[in-house]
Amino acid sequence: MLTKRIIPCLDIRDRRVTKGVRFQNNVALGDPVEMAARYCAEGCDELVFYDITASAEGRPIDIAMVAEVARAVRIPFAVGGGIATLGDMSRVLLAGAEKISVNTLAVRNPDIISQGARAFGSQCIVLGMDPLAVEDRRAFPSGYAVTVKGFRERTDLDAVAWARRAEDLGAGEIVVNSVDADGTRAGYELRLTGLVAAAVGIPVVASGGAGRPEHLAEAFTAAHADAAIIAGMIHTGEYSIPRIKAALSAAGIPVRMTW
Amino acid sequence: MIVIVDYGAGNLTSVRLAFEAAGVPATVAADARAVREAARVVLPGVGAAGAAMRNLNALGLVDALRASVARGAPFLGICLGAQVVFERSEEDGGVNGLGFLPGTVRLFRPASRWDKVPQMGWNAVVPRRAPGGAAHPLFAGIAEGSEFYFVHSYYPAPSAEACVLAETEYAGVRFASAVGRDNLFATQFHPEKSGRAGLQLIANFAKWNGKS
Repeated sequence: MLTKRIIPCLDIRDRRVTKGVRFQNNVALGDPVEMAARYCAEGCDELVFYDITASAEGRPIDIAMVAEVARAVRIPFAVGGGIATLGDMSRVLLAGAEKISVNTLAVRNPDIISQGARAFGSQCIVLGMDPLAVEDRRAFPSGYAVTVKGFRERTDLDAVAWARRAEDLGAGEIVVNSVDADGTRAGYELRLTGLVAAAVGIPVVASGGAGRPEHLAEAFTAAHADAAIIAGMIHTGEYSIPRIKAALSAAGIPVRMTW
Repeated sequence: MIVIVDYGAGNLTSVRLAFEAAGVPATVAADARAVREAARVVLPGVGAAGAAMRNLNALGLVDALRASVARGAPFLGICLGAQVVFERSEEDGGVNGLGFLPGTVRLFRPASRWDKVPQMGWNAVVPRRAPGGAAHPLFAGIAEGSEFYFVHSYYPAPSAEACVLAETEYAGVRFASAVGRDNLFATQFHPEKSGRAGLQLIANFAKWNGKS
């Protein structure tokens, strides 16, 4: 049986892992390569790295760091932030990453999804989206608007419509990172995650808001997520990956228990 | 020398790094002569079967791979590299493969809306056991039912039962997640990204004598 994936997210700023609430008040937590190796040894199923300042500062992603991570871990990982062209994607993949996450870039230029999928395969192209709950149901039938640039800018894209479009363009997976839940540790945005999971045939990853193992369990059952991203709850040391997995397994959720 | 075949199908770096982590030198090559003369051949690959076969043909690698397999050099196919060894794939409107193994490659057609395609993630791989009880030597030292990392929309469907070396269940199908015959072994999963179990399989391949 396919197991549900637990994916630690490492936000990188100046080559340090940081964590903030809604992209604000970031504090440094440690070295990305060391943290990746540790989470891998503790049984995480995949990793994701976001170079959170690369696109804002208009500089390319840190390829040397990607290459170091690839040497340090034997599990798949995705990289996002600071990817602007097919050439950037190619460099990240050649450095040893499995997947590229596109977010703002895909909103500005949706064709990058199909170009990336054609060049490297759909499984490489992850659409990351940062939806925000909105009142205006006429403009946003799902009740969620896609934001870009680290939540700073709202677009006119409906979150569910955008997910379907990305699937049509050839995305292999969709990460739904709720603006409202991000950093709160009060639980994932289950309604939104469930809407996207029901709308597309590709895997959907819940992101934003995980604070306790029950939150992951809800994302996998109520919202039908295929994977869940965690950050603060493990970065602070409050929970370990084995403890989260043990809780999920006890709740009857299929997770990888030996590594 | 172990040659990892570079035919423009996806990420060779992970495969090279996995051999490096196993302490075995491996080189990446795209020329037919290197493939023909290699002691062992690894055919990786992600992406689509049609483009993969076109590239193998354009690079003149089809005959080199055939010669290597016929000579008895141990062969490891990974993911798309495990699919193109079959006679035919349903992908891209139907593609003829290398034909090293009998059978076809089929698309997952899940009955449940929650079984997503591609299958993406860790799933249990259960080796078939010979009447004497032994699994294929490439599974030596790997716990029964260990999970490996999969990313695929199509799966191998060998027409000869003897070619099924391990099985995995997804989307209502029990499919052949490892296949092979004689000196050929191929996995639908990615051993190079499957943690300790995957590294063990890579190390097993590096010292395998090609007898199943």
